Amino acid sequence: MTQQFYVSPEQLMKDRADFARKGIARGRSVVVISCADGIALIAENPSPSLHKIGEIYDKIAFAAVGKYNEFESLRQAGVRYADVRGYSYDREDVTARGLASVYAQSLGAVFTAEQKPFEVELAVAEVGTTQELDHLYRLTFDGSIADENGFVVMGGLADQISDVVNGTWEPELGLAGAMRLALRALATNKEVEELPATAVEAAVLYRDSESNRGSRRAFRRLLPDDMTRLLTEES
Amino acid sequence: MQDPSTGPLATQATSSFTEHLQRSRPELLPFSQSLPAGMVPSSPHATTIVALTYAGGVLMAGDRRATMGNIIASRHIEKVFPADEYSVLGIAGTAGLAIDITRLFQVELEHYEKIEGTLLSLVGKANRLGAMIRGNLPMAMQGMAVIPLFAGFDHVSGAGRLFSYDVTGGRYEEQEHHSVGSGSVFARGALKKLWKPNLSEETAVAVAVEALYDAADDDSATGGPDPVRQLWPVVYTVNRSGNRRVPERDLAAIAGAIVESRAIAGREA
Repeated sequence: MTQQFYVSPEQLMKDRADFARKGIARGRSVVVISCADGIALIAENPSPSLHKIGEIYDKIAFAAVGKYNEFESLRQAGVRYADVRGYSYDREDVTARGLASVYAQSLGAVFTAEQKPFEVELAVAEVGTTQELDHLYRLTFDGSIADENGFVVMGGLADQISDVVNGTWEPELGLAGAMRLALRALATNKEVEELPATAVEAAVLYRDSESNRGSRRAFRRLLPDDMTRLLTEES
Repeated sequence: MQDPSTGPLATQATSSFTEHLQRSRPELLPFSQSLPAGMVPSSPHATTIVALTYAGGVLMAGDRRATMGNIIASRHIEKVFPADEYSVLGIAGTAGLAIDITRLFQVELEHYEKIEGTLLSLVGKANRLGAMIRGNLPMAMQGMAVIPLFAGFDHVSGAGRLFSYDVTGGRYEEQEHHSVGSGSVFARGALKKLWKPNLSEETAVAVAVEALYDAADDDSATGGPDPVRQLWPVVYTVNRSGNRRVPERDLAAIAGAIVESRAIAGREA
């Protein structure tokens, strides 16, 4: 007869958390920065088609690190949640807070109940009419949720990159300034001073997109050409 | 939210918002109800929509009247909507259902774009709309038909294209111009005389407004330009750079010019 070994709940949770942390630490990092022109999302990502950053709704974007298949299914579930909510109530009733708490519940349920926890970390960003009304939520594999101020850094070298961003970040930063800061921060532990525009995936949630861009959808993906133009225009 | 951890994801995954609602929230679909036997009380009906192609694009215009039997239900209703950046649709028929089908169609296109990361092809969009109209067939058999008109810019052929529908969801591509709704026969007559190949955008807008004027002249359910309340038709143009709503003051000037020229002519029609 096989004997079932007793494992204390503390040990079980610790093992699961260590497993998830290891998975996430292998991945490349993502930086989300709130700036004067909106919210900049930049991920170190050599693939131009397998995105880590995505549009969820009019003012809401999503960024993730970890296993692609896991965060992609979470992104799609987020788009479904937001679209159903916006369709059955009104577009205004879709908020990052609501989405983040649903994500937190899903991640928490998977962490405790499933075979293995999700090896992902998510950021949900919502751009407001002023910078004080921007919301940045960071969600970890166990379903804990944090309301971040100014910027979010996730991924392998999160602590070191976070130190770099923290040293330079200020609310008055423009979009080009935020992009440059992110490119420099993501080059931490690399031989280069800052990452080239082709090595990252970038997107932006524009503030006041209705008046500035004529669309309620604030999200826009920036291709390497757009990035280069943005960075050269500024300098 | 659908829990991504439960069940095989592959069978749940769909890029279609309508399919997602059918599976998880069927009560939210505008056409899923099964109605009890009996007569549906009279409800507002949307009337005339015209659409025509011009050099480099396509435009759609609708009058502002909804009727309920012999009563004018609304003078302000808007019946032409942007479906996404490169397409527009106009609706005739039962207004309540039509507006909800429009909303569903708009979410359907945006949902596909967000999930897949790319736009649907123009014919793909037209087919999705056809499927929705077919879904509405049981309601149409109860007297609540919705007939849309769909137009968009096709990036492959580099031109504007027009699609009409019948009540069973049949989709037909139209050439040059088309109209739907109670005043459509009269609008069609006007379009046949006024439309020419390679119209400029400005002329095309004037042609659409004049066709609606003629429809309103002979059809009591179609509203003409209303200078008292400052109400003009809703006109959207679609070209390579996307859709654009023609501003009210341009329409006021165009409608004014049409009324003036007809007054000077001083003839019966």
